[in-house]
Amino acid sequence: MTEILFYITGVLLLIIFYLVYKALRLLYISKKRPLTSVKSNDVNAYLMLAFLLLFLGGFWGYSFYVSDEGLAEAASEHGDRVDKLFWIATTVILIPFTLLHILLFWAAFRFRHKKDRSAKYYPYNFKLEISWTVITAGTLIALIAMGIILWSDVKSPPPKEAEVVEILGAQYVWFIRYPGTDGKLGKTDYRLIDDKNSFGMNLNDPAATDDFTPPRIHIPKGQPVLFLIRSRDVIHSVFAPHFRLKMDAVPGMTTQFWFIPKYTTEEMRSKTGNPDFNYEIACAEICGRGHFAMKMIIVVEEPEDYREWYQQQRSWVSQHPAYLSNHGNQNKYK
Amino acid sequence: MLGVIIILIILLFIFNRAYIHRTRILAYFIEDTKEAKAIRSTKEVHGESFVTKYIFSTDHKMIAKQYLLTGIFWAVIGGLLSLLIRVQLGMPEMDLDWLEPVLGRWITDGRIDPEYYLSAVTMHGAIMMFMVLTAGLSGTFSNLLIPLQIGARDMASGFLNMLSYWFFFISSCFFLATLVVETGPPMGGWVVYPPLSVLPQAAPGSGMGMTLYILGFVTFIISILLAGLNYITTVINLRTVGMSFSRLPLTVWALFFTAILALFSFPVLLTSFLLLFFDRSFGTSFYLSDIYIAGEALAYSGGSPLIYQHLFWFLGHPEVYIIFLPALGITSEIISTCSRKPIFGYWFMVLAMLAIVFLSYVVWAHHMFTSGMDPFLGTVFTITTVIIAVPSAIKTFNYIATLWGGSIHFTPAMLFSIGLISFLMSGGLTGIIIGNSPLDIQLHDTYYIVAHFHLVMGALAFFGMFAGIYHWFPKMFGRMMNKKLGYIHFWITFIGTYLVFMPMHFIGMAGFPRRYYTFTAFQYMDRFNNLNLFITIASIITFAAQLIFLYNFFYSMYKGKKAPRNPWKSNTLEWTTEKVVPGHGNWEGSIPTVYRWPYDYSKPGAPDDFIPQNIPLMQTKDSNTEEENNILERQRL
Repeated sequence: MTEILFYITGVLLLIIFYLVYKALRLLYISKKRPLTSVKSNDVNAYLMLAFLLLFLGGFWGYSFYVSDEGLAEAASEHGDRVDKLFWIATTVILIPFTLLHILLFWAAFRFRHKKDRSAKYYPYNFKLEISWTVITAGTLIALIAMGIILWSDVKSPPPKEAEVVEILGAQYVWFIRYPGTDGKLGKTDYRLIDDKNSFGMNLNDPAATDDFTPPRIHIPKGQPVLFLIRSRDVIHSVFAPHFRLKMDAVPGMTTQFWFIPKYTTEEMRSKTGNPDFNYEIACAEICGRGHFAMKMIIVVEEPEDYREWYQQQRSWVSQHPAYLSNHGNQNKYK
Repeated sequence: MLGVIIILIILLFIFNRAYIHRTRILAYFIEDTKEAKAIRSTKEVHGESFVTKYIFSTDHKMIAKQYLLTGIFWAVIGGLLSLLIRVQLGMPEMDLDWLEPVLGRWITDGRIDPEYYLSAVTMHGAIMMFMVLTAGLSGTFSNLLIPLQIGARDMASGFLNMLSYWFFFISSCFFLATLVVETGPPMGGWVVYPPLSVLPQAAPGSGMGMTLYILGFVTFIISILLAGLNYITTVINLRTVGMSFSRLPLTVWALFFTAILALFSFPVLLTSFLLLFFDRSFGTSFYLSDIYIAGEALAYSGGSPLIYQHLFWFLGHPEVYIIFLPALGITSEIISTCSRKPIFGYWFMVLAMLAIVFLSYVVWAHHMFTSGMDPFLGTVFTITTVIIAVPSAIKTFNYIATLWGGSIHFTPAMLFSIGLISFLMSGGLTGIIIGNSPLDIQLHDTYYIVAHFHLVMGALAFFGMFAGIYHWFPKMFGRMMNKKLGYIHFWITFIGTYLVFMPMHFIGMAGFPRRYYTFTAFQYMDRFNNLNLFITIASIITFAAQLIFLYNFFYSMYKGKKAPRNPWKSNTLEWTTEKVVPGHGNWEGSIPTVYRWPYDYSKPGAPDDFIPQNIPLMQTKDSNTEEENNILERQRL
């Protein structure tokens, strides 16, 4: 890839040198000029044409060159639909992008000032105006319709049987909590947070006693998963690019995002040919010094493996029994 | 409150001023009686010392130059900050120890500190958007062009105009102080979302740096409101005889709409910053709730960061158009002049701008699709956001139609205008993608967004500014800028800008988030290293090319070729002044009367390919249209 870039740079530099040469030569050309000399107009007009070719050629060439490196394949069910719409919309915008650039630079080249050329006095054409307004609006309305249908599906209420995972953002780490065997997340209060109790779990709530906080997110393949997202200091954002998932973690409120993962981590490893492949969550909202390294790994497993893993987890309380005897302290936040 | 009071005071001022000058103002509308002529021809005479001429000047042209020079100063600083960002991303191994005298403790082991990196990102954004592309672009050209193009002797209130610049100057001082305070500038991106911008525990820049940032913004907003009121009043009241709204040049239309946009959106930013100030300094909880940080649970409760985001983006999005419209206005004028052809679809251009003004107030939440707001809002704002592409598309088509069939003279200003149209297409079209809420899920806060807004807002507005400077330099300084240097400047900048921002689309699609110090922590970002290096090299070259411009600008100011009265053979009134650089009062005799629209280029039957606005229809019988002949006929009767 670097080679191609170097060649492009080289060609561009050549153009620049040619231009400098031309410009210097023009210094010696006639003193009587209208707005610009015909000569310098020609130089610029040809440069416009050259730019058009290089620009569109470079853009399309490079696009095909990196086509598999840009948007990687989606690993969630709504992700496929998002990608489909993305490519439809991209096609729709690339057509005018190419055509209008050709028109623009061609017009600049074709209608450059020459000795006997005079412009046409043509200020207005109602039909033309209306037709391009209507065509643009029509295309955009079609895109909007597709967009809002997909949006309402992605943002629909999560299915009842969805696996619940709570993600808590804190400066430069993500904390994970599962509801445990009773399927209910226990109550929390930010005033109960300390070094170990990073969620501020209130152990007076029986639902909290079986909650567990693993170091990684495990989710089953092919089943709906619901992320409940919170933050305890500044705004963060859960961004899992493979799942086409992004949602801010906002202090003081719970946000959510549900999706259905399509491939297990193992399947992705063989698909991508990378034995160390992992699904990752990055932070997408600026949150301070460690923003660039706020990482969490998601493990997608077959449902049976997932159940097995879930059963093996020990509750948070069982690892920190001292907090149970501390009930009195927690009463005021009931 | 404060904002309302200030606005009332200003209104009083302007009404007062208008009352004092009522006879003069009325005279503009009275037919050519002897008295009216006499009133119109009186030139404001007042002694000008060095201080009143160059520093506390009330002359709109001098204020324009002050804005321009301050803007250029900030553009250099903003550009240097962007180079710092690019060096960190593309060449992280580079030894930066030599920057220590400037950045002090923010350089450790030859590398820039992650926190200062975030500061650089923040200040680059704020400086470029507000100091350069709002004040430097619209401040310069509104001041220079509105009175000259509508045929007025000055702004409605020269005093307020001066005040507006000096508030901007105070604001600049605050921003400069922000850059050098010990705890660093704010580190939350230019949007400074709370809680990050409230809590010094979260980032050191949220301490003193953030306070100065807020003060800088408050003074800046005062400056913008003073200026905006003045522009609007001037356009409405001080147009010369015959300069009806239907004969306004598109530049004036654009600057007029910009002022309206700013006037109704900046006060909301003031509100959001005042509440932020209360949260920071008085412990209120407008934006904060449930926070545990640095081993301590804070007392804030019941606030929501989303309120800030809504208030902020209610300005934040119109701000994009405050930057965008002046650039398009400048270009409309230049494209028509340099292709010697009337602008195509004048009224559609005006209506498109009007539509943009209205729509830009109702699209703000497209910055918040993933913020946790109600998904229904996502649906609503998708519709409005994508629809705003229609007026922009109309403008693009009209530009190309104007070029088509013209006789194009590639002056440097024209080259930059064509570059601007290209950016309008490349950057504007991706807006249709990211304005669509489901697609924004993946692309939000990635480099795709960075590419989009740098092309359609940053580069586009910079090109508008360059075009304006090259075109109206003779009016400002009485000399011409060097064309050849202009050509070289254009081609390197144009190609370089594309080389910097086009590749960012691919990086963004791959999911690289913006505002990242490095891309080493994640497996999926383990690609495009070469591309990042490439972008950095391209941005250094592009920045270097701006030195050509700076040289050309300052050299031509003193040593450039003397400019003729109407170097571009343009129709608008600013080229009808007796002197190339007119004194205070603009026209030495009476102010010109306008008889036609500003785009009579290459009119069939006319001896020359342009007819300035102040040429009476009587003198152009050969080229008049039927309608114009009818007007003449009626006048004779």
